Amino acid sequence: MTNTEKKGCIEAVNLCKLFPQAGRKPLEVLKDCSLTVEPGKLNVLIGTSGCGKSTLANILAGYDCPSSGEIMMDGKPLNGPGSDRLMVFQETALWPWMTVMENVIFGPTVRGEMSKKEAREEATRILELVGLQDFRDKYPAQLSGGMQRRAELARALINNPKVMIMDEPFRGLDDLTRELMQEYYLKIFEESHCTTLFITTELEEAIFLADRILIMTFLPGQIKKVIDVDLPRPRDYRVLTSKRYLEIKGETLECLLEEGRKCFGDECNIANSMVDEFRRQANDVCDR
Amino acid sequence: MDTNLILPVIIISAFSIWIFYHRQKKLAVILGISTSEQIKKTLTSQRFWLLILGFALTIGFWYAAVYWLPFKAFHRLPGPDEVVIEWLSRDPYYGISIYTKEYYVHIIYSFYRATTAFLLATVLGVPFGLLMGWSRRFYEYSFPLVEMIRPIPPLAWVPLSILMLPGVEPAVIFVTFLVAFFVTALNTLLGVQSIDQAYFRAARCLGASSKEILYDVVIPGSLPYIFTGLQIAMGAAWFSLVAGEMIAAQYGLGYLIWQGYSLVKYPTIIIGMVTLGFIGYGSSVAIRYVGKKLMAWREQELGGGAGVTHGE
Repeated sequence: MTNTEKKGCIEAVNLCKLFPQAGRKPLEVLKDCSLTVEPGKLNVLIGTSGCGKSTLANILAGYDCPSSGEIMMDGKPLNGPGSDRLMVFQETALWPWMTVMENVIFGPTVRGEMSKKEAREEATRILELVGLQDFRDKYPAQLSGGMQRRAELARALINNPKVMIMDEPFRGLDDLTRELMQEYYLKIFEESHCTTLFITTELEEAIFLADRILIMTFLPGQIKKVIDVDLPRPRDYRVLTSKRYLEIKGETLECLLEEGRKCFGDECNIANSMVDEFRRQANDVCDR
Repeated sequence: MDTNLILPVIIISAFSIWIFYHRQKKLAVILGISTSEQIKKTLTSQRFWLLILGFALTIGFWYAAVYWLPFKAFHRLPGPDEVVIEWLSRDPYYGISIYTKEYYVHIIYSFYRATTAFLLATVLGVPFGLLMGWSRRFYEYSFPLVEMIRPIPPLAWVPLSILMLPGVEPAVIFVTFLVAFFVTALNTLLGVQSIDQAYFRAARCLGASSKEILYDVVIPGSLPYIFTGLQIAMGAAWFSLVAGEMIAAQYGLGYLIWQGYSLVKYPTIIIGMVTLGFIGYGSSVAIRYVGKKLMAWREQELGGGAGVTHGE
């Protein structure tokens, strides 16, 4: 893939998003939220649940409109969804009435970019990359959860998008499957270096995958801090025990816990002591 | 047989030829019968005996109620023995049995009317429902209207349709069609509405045009509901057909039943009813079979993902 030429840099400036609430003043989900998705990098957006990560992702993908603010891709304003920014969803959106192969070749054939035959060849290559070559004629319901996510990844990858937006793609998978998926995914990313915005709530997943971590505040959502992850690539699980990893983890955790405390509310003593406990653990990690 | 019967005969022959083109095993599956190697398994299964027990209890109660029990309401009815003897008789006392031509003329008339109405309802109702689900504007126009017209019972349409249509035959078919049409259209609409928004979002995002979304998402996505609708529509069609035939027809099972009542041929009533039961069951099975063929993906889904043999 020729990802050095294509950029896929998304810049969002002062995004606001209000959700109207019956009888109350509108809920401010995003307020003056500015961020940059750097090209060719794996940008990970992390935040507590309910802080507006999915809203932000939907806006960047073009499925939702911001109440105010601007989004530019490679210097041009964006409006509406497009196949240059593909989103992989929390829940699997593979069409259950098509086989894995039919699902994967759908994009390039409906846009008329490839003939059915070319698309099949390309799909075969990509399915091999995600380890599904033996399952291409199965229906999604015949695959396990992890395989469905990989099929979905393949369906997005074949379009050679400038930007991939992945909204908690590994949520709901069991721990082992999740770890295997992360390794698969890293392998694919390190080969393609396709600009990615990866959304997650899992700290370890974030650090393991990311080039940059964008930490989001609790409502209203803003980017609180950007942390560069300078762990060497290609990465594998050994990185999880390195000193640098633990330092980054401590820094990120500190930042997340501040938001966590906000989201629990200051009055709640149990939550406060829980957050203190987290903080103590975080310090231990840093001291080691 | 008069010339009116040519079309029904063609339909029935085509149906029979279609069945016999399938291998014997498939035929067995269609009809729900087991082949020889499966007979032993069937005979030892609990399901089979429960089925037999259900029938036996019902028929036993019928027999007892007519001959032994002090239920006045049942004493004017023929017993099951009388009905079966009449039904299988070469020389039936009341004129209708499996050996008389008239019996089949009634069946063919009813079958022809129900099939015509059902096919019309499918051909018009499915696109109508798809359109309602597909276009917001069309939905706003048509849905309130449909909801207004739908509750009018089929029999209320009989006078109007006889007035407006040339002859009794189209009128009966129209009344039958109407009921099946609404069931089909509304189930199709429900099918379109049931499709997960994520499927549309994914298709749109990959660059599919409206036409491609219609063919690749809307139609396959609503098929399960469409087929449920068709099965209910078939039932509803028989229901209103028989009602229509009782009022306005010269032939048909509904007519046969009503005539049996007027002319005090009580076993004939039961023969007509049981025949309707068999035909209704058969048409349901046929629709289910076509549905299964068209929705292989769903079959496997319901099969609990038996295809997964490799672990993650």
